[in-house]
Amino acid sequence: MAKLHEKRFVSADPEKCVGCSVCEYACSMVKEKTFNPTKARIRVIRLGPLVNLAVACRLCENPSCVAACPRDALSQEENTGIIVVDEDKCNGCGWCIEACDYGAIMLHPEKKVVYVCDTCKEEGKPQCVEWCPEEALDFVTADVLAQKARRTAVKKLFQEAVEKASE
Amino acid sequence: MLAYTGRILHVDLSTGKVETEPLKEEIAKQYIGGIGLGIRLLMDNSKPGTDPFGPDNPLIFVTGPLSGTMGPTAGNGYAVVSKSAATGGVAESKAHGFFGPELKRAGYDAIIFTGKAEKLVYAWIDDDSVHLLDAQHLKGKSPYETDVAIREELGDHYIRVSAIGEAGEKLVRFAAIINDEFRAIGRTGMGAIMGSKNLKAVAVRGTKDVNVADLEGFKEFIKMIHERMKGPATRKYRTLGTPENVLVLNALAALPTRNFTQATFEDAEKVSGEYLNEHYVKKIIGCATCAMRCDHVAVVPEGPYKGSTSRMEFECLWALGPSCGVGRLDAIIEAMRLCNHYGTDGISTGVTIGFAMDLYENGILSKEKTDGLDLSFGNHEALIEMVKKIGSRDGWLGDVLAEGTQRAAEKIGKGAEQYACHIRGLELPGYDIRGLKTAALGFSVSFRGACHLRSGAYSPDVKGKVNRFAIEKGRGKIVMDAEDVYNVIDSLILCKFSRGTYYDDLDDMAKYYTLATGIEVTADDLRKAGERINNLAKLFNIREGVGTREFDTLPPKIMNVPIPDEGIAKGSVVNKEEFELGLDDYYATRGWTKEGIPTVEKLKELDLGEYAHLVKKGGKK
Repeated sequence: MAKLHEKRFVSADPEKCVGCSVCEYACSMVKEKTFNPTKARIRVIRLGPLVNLAVACRLCENPSCVAACPRDALSQEENTGIIVVDEDKCNGCGWCIEACDYGAIMLHPEKKVVYVCDTCKEEGKPQCVEWCPEEALDFVTADVLAQKARRTAVKKLFQEAVEKASE
Repeated sequence: MLAYTGRILHVDLSTGKVETEPLKEEIAKQYIGGIGLGIRLLMDNSKPGTDPFGPDNPLIFVTGPLSGTMGPTAGNGYAVVSKSAATGGVAESKAHGFFGPELKRAGYDAIIFTGKAEKLVYAWIDDDSVHLLDAQHLKGKSPYETDVAIREELGDHYIRVSAIGEAGEKLVRFAAIINDEFRAIGRTGMGAIMGSKNLKAVAVRGTKDVNVADLEGFKEFIKMIHERMKGPATRKYRTLGTPENVLVLNALAALPTRNFTQATFEDAEKVSGEYLNEHYVKKIIGCATCAMRCDHVAVVPEGPYKGSTSRMEFECLWALGPSCGVGRLDAIIEAMRLCNHYGTDGISTGVTIGFAMDLYENGILSKEKTDGLDLSFGNHEALIEMVKKIGSRDGWLGDVLAEGTQRAAEKIGKGAEQYACHIRGLELPGYDIRGLKTAALGFSVSFRGACHLRSGAYSPDVKGKVNRFAIEKGRGKIVMDAEDVYNVIDSLILCKFSRGTYYDDLDDMAKYYTLATGIEVTADDLRKAGERINNLAKLFNIREGVGTREFDTLPPKIMNVPIPDEGIAKGSVVNKEEFELGLDDYYATRGWTKEGIPTVEKLKELDLGEYAHLVKKGGKK
């Protein structure tokens, strides 16, 4: 029986994200009880004014970070897909960091073990999504993302057709 | 004392010596941070009569108590304070973006640069480690190119850089310091002070925590401000942006056109916020921690300036557009891009070029002096050329105009000063104060020279709260009250676009401050701090010989040339009588003498008794 995906992760809409980094501050506030983006589990990249995006763990299927860990310090929760770090086993070697295509897993500046978005499991929902002023962040499954992309593509297609017809 | 770092860094660029000193809680409470703390540090760290370009003149980068927190807008600011090479008095300017919080996280409430490096250097501040690195390979590069190159060579994309361009290196008196591509320490020529020190940039990486006193309370408070920021209080900044002013002011006949010749612009529609957003704005982005987003990033889609990209705000749009008679947004965007490229203040750049065009039209400047350029109003190609020439001090006129309108007028002679639109050496912003007379008074008494952001005194005029065509008794109080609040805003380094979200004004700000720092303050304490800061700035100007009544002036065109445009404002001009009345009223409200000097009693009341010697001889040296 086919089953829809249940794993939800934090995803930023590149059309909406303005690179304000509120998510980074919210993350460090909630998870670390301080203000410090270098301790955030979501990071913003601004490559010039028009290219902004916040990036967090995407809970990959067969996550390469887990596969890369030589000490079996990383595992993936079955239901949620969250990457769990065994801080006793992790020695901060960084193989997982290199393996992640998105830069979503990082070395904690103080603890010297890796850390990654856990979708604010304890808080019930990701707090960066709650705080994002642009509603650019979504807590979504892969299926919902695909639906969104389809809707956008089809809308655009028809809009172009309508515009052409009216020319 | 949370939220502050409690540390001030001294960097002597001549010797390379670096040391820190503690920030006393008493000083923090009295001067808050930002411009307040900066002006206090300027007073304490400079000698009377310091040459602005001399090694003794301190260049002070200062954060606010809220910088580095998640506090919207206040979390992301920094200020720079020094003695101005434009006005000879106190210079201060603020910028937001991402640089300020980085500086805070590196562990500093302020950095005081003194001395002069032998060769061009940049300061690399990596938390506690401070180094001066060679910057000769960055000579002539724009602030943004410098930013990219430094991040590349230090190998960290998240390093934040505040830098000068060629204009700062060449001591253009209205050079800016720019961070995050478009965010400028724009006014009063700070870039030139930095250039005089051979300091190309300040690069910072800060990894320390910024903690507040009451995290839960603080979180609730900022959640509230975040919500308010999505509402009507910031609508203007989130939608059309400040260029909305173009049509508003044009309708009031208060849009200065062709160097304050007319007060309406026939091409206003074409340079309006509406037109800009429809045709050029590609994305609106935001600063760190801000829920508002206001950076209207404009891109020219076609034509001779195709691809030109810049953030656009009203003041610079006005200065490079209507003030030069230029009614093409593509050219204005390109001119703005060039201001960012060379690193100049877009307001002063535009007003200075408009001034040169006025002189050209009136036969005071001939083609021999302009390198053959036709400086007629409206010539957008000449505008672009002049921005380049000023930014690089190229040619006789470029070099002369790089001195600003006041000094340029002296050099050009032939009555050029009659066309120079500045107050104490700082060029006017985009409000025709011939018909906005509370603003006229506010601009004239502003301690940093002509400025709409020292008191926002245009607001009661524009909103129709007062008769804007007259200066009457009572305007002194309007200006003073607004100045004192603005001093608090600039010391907390709140972005003024967010001022409307503090529904209870100083009460809200006091709560904000106390939640972050743990230092109990009331609205009255803050009000008094605002007054103290204004008086201290005044004392600095008095100490430097530019603080007495004769320096609180208005430009000749504002007092001699009535608005010619048919309609509501026709004939309006500020006359001497009402202006003097306004000054008297303002000084009396401030508790100053008729000469505009604070009394010893006033200073004692504001805990400024230690400076009483400066006012004892009536402010004369």
